[in-house]
Amino acid sequence: MSRSNIFQSIQQATQSIPAEAKTPLPDWKPGDLQSAFTPQDQADLWEVFKDRFIAVNGKVIEDTSEFQDILQSEPGSKLYVDPLVFQSIQPLAEGMNLEICQTFDVDHVDDYPISVTLAAGIIAETGTVIIKENQTSSRLSALAPWTHITLVDKRTTVYATLLDAISDLADDPYVVFITGPSKTADVEGILIEGVHGPGEQICLRI
Amino acid sequence: MKTYQPIDAFARDAEPEVKASVYSTSKAKYDKRLASLSTGFTAPDDLRKLAGQIKQHTIEHLDQYLEQAVTNLENNGAKVHFASTPEDANQTILGIMQSINASRMIKSKSMVSEEIHLNAFLEKHGLESVESDLGEFIVQLDDDMPSHIVTPIIHKNRRQIATTFEKHGLGDYNDDPETITRRARKYLREKYLEAEVGLTGANFLSAESGRVAIVTNEGNARFSISANRTHIVLLGIEKLVPRDKDLALYLNLLARSATGQQLTVYTQFLNAPKSADQPDGPEQLHVVFLDNGRSEILGGEFKSILRCIRCGACLNVCPVYRQSSGHAYRAVYPGPVGAVLSPLLKSNSYPDFADLPKASSLCGACNEVCPVDIPLPELLLRHRNKSKIEHQKKAAAGTPPLGAWAELCSHPTLWKTTLATGKAMNHLPIDKMPIPPIQAWTHSRELPEFRGGKFRKWFKQRKS
Ligand code: SF4
Repeated sequence: MSRSNIFQSIQQATQSIPAEAKTPLPDWKPGDLQSAFTPQDQADLWEVFKDRFIAVNGKVIEDTSEFQDILQSEPGSKLYVDPLVFQSIQPLAEGMNLEICQTFDVDHVDDYPISVTLAAGIIAETGTVIIKENQTSSRLSALAPWTHITLVDKRTTVYATLLDAISDLADDPYVVFITGPSKTADVEGILIEGVHGPGEQICLRI
Repeated sequence: MKTYQPIDAFARDAEPEVKASVYSTSKAKYDKRLASLSTGFTAPDDLRKLAGQIKQHTIEHLDQYLEQAVTNLENNGAKVHFASTPEDANQTILGIMQSINASRMIKSKSMVSEEIHLNAFLEKHGLESVESDLGEFIVQLDDDMPSHIVTPIIHKNRRQIATTFEKHGLGDYNDDPETITRRARKYLREKYLEAEVGLTGANFLSAESGRVAIVTNEGNARFSISANRTHIVLLGIEKLVPRDKDLALYLNLLARSATGQQLTVYTQFLNAPKSADQPDGPEQLHVVFLDNGRSEILGGEFKSILRCIRCGACLNVCPVYRQSSGHAYRAVYPGPVGAVLSPLLKSNSYPDFADLPKASSLCGACNEVCPVDIPLPELLLRHRNKSKIEHQKKAAAGTPPLGAWAELCSHPTLWKTTLATGKAMNHLPIDKMPIPPIQAWTHSRELPEFRGGKFRKWFKQRKS
């Protein structure tokens, strides 16, 4: 009932506008949006990504020992490792007094201080990590832990711009662009990180 | 001191603390916005115009785009609902919850849910509905109203929040913002996991793919799309954009205009229920479109307000908003956008809100910052005109009667005599006169010296 009423009312409204008075759909080109993203930036997208991800308080790790230091900061706890990155991460986490888990128990989401999942993509222009439904084995595993680490490897697509990444969403049911740690400035405009999502957002490339 | 316009009265009586925090936060937001737009783009103004045209095109062809979006949503496995009124929308949501025997909902920030007063409705039916955006959560605890569309608690300070948390058993008094945030994290985490239903708004919906774009900085929308088996997207019928690529344009403009960020921390695209091998997330996805007068607005002289992407930039820049705060507008949407939209929404009555369009100096700043180039001052003027024609009583509050003035202007001799005596006014203690309208004026302003008659003198002496 509501549906047909609403459509009828909308149609009445749109038909009352004379065809020549209607605004045509303007087209726009990628260049219109990228004016401040100069061509030399394209040369090394990883470097651009790094700078911009760090600028939004993300962390970038390119060195195994630094990664291991982070793991060691939570001795005796559970480390969630997405089955999709297990092969790369397991050898680095072995013998570290951590319980490596490949399933994420939703009844105990706070038992995992750290998780590692796959970066489906990164966006240089905005310093963004992309996680996709089909490349993340558990949505909550990438959200609930205080420290969320995404592994960048050869499966990770590197996009120059936000537009490039949006043009490649395909039919994935749920894609998240992550640009830094979870944050708020609701209380007196003061920046606090780690509101509901991770307080540490790390991008790992080894 | 008698002040006739309700917004003036509200501003006059507002706590100095509230005024100070609204002023400083909105100003800071404005500055950040400017910096991020001008460092990001060489011609941000062209992008605003482009974004305005695309939205204008979309609403002028809304039947086609809505049809296309609905087809795509349904093909993707979503169930689509339409609600003409807030009551319809509430009933639809209640129906969804009852159909799965759900008793708890976790909500992400959604202005449309404020518009329909969803929380109060669900509570009345014995269901729990918890706000998960930190600001909205605090508003809910206080039984208050958000006073800004992006920063709901811009009017509160940390001490008030700490007292609220203490009162609701969220720990001893502690006004450290980090402690407040951690306590909310802990409390709400349980709520996410307990709730059977998650609800979010939508920032945009692409007709081309049926993809919903939702942005949050805190991650609350992510939780509501990951921890529950049923998800509801509640949105106004005007939230559409034609193509996926347009999302890139609008997301760029929204983040910069709202918070001065290049991109909001979590920008998520929801296209369908979860995939079969994904353990977390909704098996059922419902999309509820609300009209509440929008389709009527579409047919009239105010249609361009439907371009609005709710960035809040016009609030932050508005001198009246900065002085009076959002609650002065007595409606869900405050500031210039609210002054245009609130009188038009079906659930509001025009006469009750007819004074809002007067709450503007028509300085034009709101139009200049609007990322979709809405001619807000022009729309405010149209409202004033409409109110005048319809003899809206509220809109006339504070307007001095102009009968005597008209009389004066149409009688040259009378005019001349008045000019001559006008000078005497400079020697009278005007501000001490017990005439309320004069007192209201002189309370915060100084009457300039009367200097009438100069033009006539010049005109007479001028050589032709
Ligand atoms: S009217 Fe324009 S500036 Fe105001 S909230 Fe809407 S989009 Fe933003």
